[in-house]
Amino acid sequence: MRRLLFLLPLAVVLALVGALAWPILEGRDPRALPSVLLDKPVPAFDLPGLAADTGGLHSDELSGRPVLVNVFASWCAPCRQEIPLLVQLSAEGVPIYGIAYKDEPAATRKFLAQLGDPYRGVGVDRDGRIAIEFGVYGVPETYVIDGAGRIRHRHVGAVTEDVARRTLLPLLEELSK
Amino acid sequence: MTGRRVLRAAALAAVLFGALPAGAVQPDEMLRDPALEQRARELSAGVRCLVCQNQSIDDSNADLARDLRKLVRERLLAGDTDQQVLDYLTARYGPFVLLEPPKTRSTWLLWYGPFALLAVGAAGVAAAAALRARRRAEPEPLSAEERSRLEALLSDEAAGTNEDPR
Amino acid sequence: MIAELGHVALTVALMVALLQATVPLWGAARGDTGLTGFARPAALVQFGAVAIAFGALTHAYLVSDFSLVNVASNSHSAKPLIYKLSGVWGNHEGSMLLWVLILALFGAAVAAFGGNLPDGLRARTLAVQAMIGVGFLAFILFTSNPFERLSPAPIDGNGLNPLLQDIGLALHPPMLYLGYVGFSTTFSFAVAALLEGRVDPAWARWVRPWALAAWTMLTAGIALGSGWAYYELGWGGWWFWDPVENASFMPWLAGTALLHSAIVVEKRGALKSWTVLLALVAFSFSLLGTFLVRSGVLTSVHAFAVDPERGMFILGLLAVAIGASFILYAWRAPSMEGGGMFRPISREGGLVLNNLLMSTAAATVLIGTLYPLALETVTGEKVSVGAPYFEATFVPIMVPMILALGVGPLLAWKRGDLAGALGRLWVAALAAVGIGLSVLYLRGAPVGAAIGFGLAVWLAVSVITEWAERVRLFRIPLGQSVARALGLPRSAYGMSLAHLGVAVFIMGAVGETFFSSEVVRFAGPGDRIEIADRTLTFEGVINRNGPNYEAEVGVFVLPSGDRLESERRFYPVEGQRTTEAAIRSRPDADVYAVLGEPAGDGRWTVRIYVKSLVMWLWGGCGLMVLGGLVSLADRRLRVGAPGPRRASWRPAHAGVGDAD
Repeated sequence: MRRLLFLLPLAVVLALVGALAWPILEGRDPRALPSVLLDKPVPAFDLPGLAADTGGLHSDELSGRPVLVNVFASWCAPCRQEIPLLVQLSAEGVPIYGIAYKDEPAATRKFLAQLGDPYRGVGVDRDGRIAIEFGVYGVPETYVIDGAGRIRHRHVGAVTEDVARRTLLPLLEELSK
Repeated sequence: MTGRRVLRAAALAAVLFGALPAGAVQPDEMLRDPALEQRARELSAGVRCLVCQNQSIDDSNADLARDLRKLVRERLLAGDTDQQVLDYLTARYGPFVLLEPPKTRSTWLLWYGPFALLAVGAAGVAAAAALRARRRAEPEPLSAEERSRLEALLSDEAAGTNEDPR
Repeated sequence: MIAELGHVALTVALMVALLQATVPLWGAARGDTGLTGFARPAALVQFGAVAIAFGALTHAYLVSDFSLVNVASNSHSAKPLIYKLSGVWGNHEGSMLLWVLILALFGAAVAAFGGNLPDGLRARTLAVQAMIGVGFLAFILFTSNPFERLSPAPIDGNGLNPLLQDIGLALHPPMLYLGYVGFSTTFSFAVAALLEGRVDPAWARWVRPWALAAWTMLTAGIALGSGWAYYELGWGGWWFWDPVENASFMPWLAGTALLHSAIVVEKRGALKSWTVLLALVAFSFSLLGTFLVRSGVLTSVHAFAVDPERGMFILGLLAVAIGASFILYAWRAPSMEGGGMFRPISREGGLVLNNLLMSTAAATVLIGTLYPLALETVTGEKVSVGAPYFEATFVPIMVPMILALGVGPLLAWKRGDLAGALGRLWVAALAAVGIGLSVLYLRGAPVGAAIGFGLAVWLAVSVITEWAERVRLFRIPLGQSVARALGLPRSAYGMSLAHLGVAVFIMGAVGETFFSSEVVRFAGPGDRIEIADRTLTFEGVINRNGPNYEAEVGVFVLPSGDRLESERRFYPVEGQRTTEAAIRSRPDADVYAVLGEPAGDGRWTVRIYVKSLVMWLWGGCGLMVLGGLVSLADRRLRVGAPGPRRASWRPAHAGVGDAD
């Protein structure tokens, strides 16, 4: 019994090493934050469009079929990176909606004119308030929304080929069934 | 210069002390009502800046921190209680946004662990003391081997050596 | 060429460390003094080799040799000399080299000053020290080689983060590492004792100076870092409960406990296995800190670049070093009991209470630091554990600590008289309650402030009372008291100074927390800013260029005529901005001025803080460090002092807290 007591420090150390090794082994990113809005309805919003004559984006537009919502900005470098892929996905028929986060509409228009416009509709979130409703903490972020208008997945950072083919598209497919 | 290296050099925030120079709250964000502003400051100090490493939104000059500071003030102006403001943030960013973790089942060990540990430690010390006191009260008779060692020691002592007996 | 020399020297150091880790152990097992004798020269040679490597890297920085990856990534030719020098350890590889240099330094110091140690213990201690060295030298050579070349060499380097271009970088890391890594000696001594299967008062006597030296430097290192954060971060915070800060605080707490429990071993032969455990734990915390800073498993404002691969390597080292030592502990420690009896109310009892609270405090910091990590692994939930948590858990544990700290030194060994001790502390109690109440009612301060000031005064007066009792002040003629005071051992003064330092530190911490004020506003030239009964005049902003930066300087003038100049600097090489606060320190409060952004209309955002009693924070830390140094200077504690081994077996008179 008394001898067991002297094994206690060793047990604590083993537990500690395990607890420290685990996050490294699973490649956890300490800054990643899971969305608390998963399986919850998309926050209600009604955002103005990029120009006076173009329509904005209303949260109702997002339900009905599974869609992607991409929060982006012209001043964000990774957004610039992911646009070509989004354009390609859009051409393949994936419905993508955009929320322009804290950006000048003129700058956004120029950005899309230059790189291509993958969006079925873009809402302008000048003060970033709607992004906060989504729990956005960095741009770009991409959300998968199901037909019932519920958030099913969030991807933080640029969408890469890998992310699109392995995560986003299969999920959209599954939700379409 | 590989990309990874550049990244590493850039990410190298500091050896030990070196966050971004803060100086967060701006005069134009502040509320007229000093009492409300004070509440806003206190609330902000407990809200984690999500894009920073380990700072509150009150200490950080990141953009999102500024937006959240404004949001906190708007909610207060709208008449929210402190708890309602925190609930509002938690509903969007999860408990991660609170620098003081809420007392729930999953943080039970965190909050009460230290005091439980103190109690266990105190009990252990008390038990050990009691045990020793009892042992002292009833000394076990020396074994034959111990007796001979004791005699050897005593004779050593008599001879004037102070060597460690072991 | 010099860089290659450094690389070779590191490799040599690894080879020597390998030999030093094995040959003396074998010698000690066989009782072969020829082989055990190898340990001392090996430790000196290993230190010499690491020093050459460190010198080579320093040279590369001084001459801006950008053909080294490390120099190119972290330095720039336009950097002032002092920052080229301190830039050596302003990055992962260089700081790791500093770490190993200090590790080897302590090994060499044990070899050089350990003349009075028994041959076997010294050989084993140095072998264990070398084992740690093997691990970290291999870590540097295989994963973090600072001598890696870059081809083609860039014309100039990337520069150093401007926040690090500060005297703080020159002072804080070396001092912190001296403390942190200093606990490697007590670890090595403990493992050696476990290998020998024996811990006795003489062992405690040999270990204590090393523990004290490490503790003193760690205290200084933490305080320097805290001071650096205070003036560099631009809003006067000095402690954030950030994981990296906690990583340096945990060894400090364990080291403080060790310092006190070793006294009991030395004087009474009790608490042996516990003291050995603390010696192992203190350095384990140091290793944990090294891991946390470099693995990126936790987010911290202070962390190095994240590299999981290196993280796993250090974790492996940590697991082997700590795991092996704790296995040894579980095997050998159970047979280590015994020692003198004591009543719960006694000096020993007080020291046990100190240990209980200190280790609980260390455990609390550990739990708070690692909980988010563990919780996410187990349930996937993410929580933050920030300052409010530590204030709610750590601080309450410190309250009984301070109360007991006032009484403990007045208790006799073996069997103390609590009523008698408390009776002698009536002045302290009265002063504490008086201060508490007057702060509460006269200043209308919060209860926390009243309790804090009360505790500080209680402790300070208790320390003075204890000293007065020792010299029998006013009980015997003053001349005799003076003679007694001069005759008191330095270690006694060391203890009093360190305890007084705690009291002064608490004053500062409570004052800064509860009585500081802040004004944030726009100000144009000539505007007067009112804050906490003071009026500052903002004179405006001038431009001034430094050696490698451009600065806008905001000038504030106090009625006394003191000028406060806060700078907003831009470093073109790094493309980064920093803010340099202007601080005028006085014992009652610091005036802390920061120039913020321009508002666009000729006015600027300015932040003025009046931070109460901040000098007391640093003063308290200074007194603790001074206490450590004075104790170290005690003749009877001085390393190598006790002469022939025979004499050292008698523990009867020595040490911190010597009151009989």
